[in-house]
Amino acid sequence: MTKRSNEPLLWLLFSVGGVVAALLIPVHLFLFGLAFPLGWLNAPSYDALLALARGPAGRVYLLVFCILPLFHWAHRFRYTLYDGLQIKHLNELVNTFCYGGAIVGAIVATYLVVHIP
Amino acid sequence: MDQISIDAVGRKEMTTYTEYPPKGYRVRISTYWWLGRWAYLKFILRELSSVLVAWFVIETLLQVNALIGGPGAYQDFQGFLRNPVVIALNIISFFFILFHAITWFNLAPKAMAIRLGGKRVPAILIALPNYAAWLVASVIVAWLVLRG
Repeated sequence: MTKRSNEPLLWLLFSVGGVVAALLIPVHLFLFGLAFPLGWLNAPSYDALLALARGPAGRVYLLVFCILPLFHWAHRFRYTLYDGLQIKHLNELVNTFCYGGAIVGAIVATYLVVHIP
Repeated sequence: MDQISIDAVGRKEMTTYTEYPPKGYRVRISTYWWLGRWAYLKFILRELSSVLVAWFVIETLLQVNALIGGPGAYQDFQGFLRNPVVIALNIISFFFILFHAITWFNLAPKAMAIRLGGKRVPAILIALPNYAAWLVASVIVAWLVLRG
């Protein structure tokens, strides 16, 4: 008898999250984290950004942008601790921290995105 | 995700992760094994890029929170982003996430060995669509954000 495992689902989330992170985070990080704060480019106004975020497409985009990469982090960081530090005896704690953190992050993201005025 | 372990005789075997370590003699591997060789260090740095991915998601959620807070809260958040510590963290994150993106896109040719006319299609040609998608996605996001 084989034990049913969550591994395929977690790996899928890791993988899809990795694609989202690779495709979208560089441009977001460059614009919002570097170009706007350092004055290389003119930052969009509050109203323009709100208009982008508040539509249905903007909300779905933000959810995908935040939630999937969090599960990517959870899975990858779990195995970084597993392989890198070899703290196998702390498996339960590490798993709770990683996947639990991603679930909390997903709930916070959903709460925030729903509350965009 | 498989792990290569080396048994007493020095044979390499692929084992899947087990919750409890198997019985038997195992060579003790140093906690700092990944410092020994550039390839190993690169592996750990690539894996650690995920931490910066998580950081940028948090930064984005803080920005959404500032949007909800109104123009005043949004201005305050722009001030936070101009903090030199945050800038430094974002510069480090940028390089780590570029490293993630490039290593991620370059995985496709390793997973697919396509042959055309008896010759293996060069890796760059298989990775190319990934880079094209990256460029298109970046241009669309930049256009939407900068047009405002």
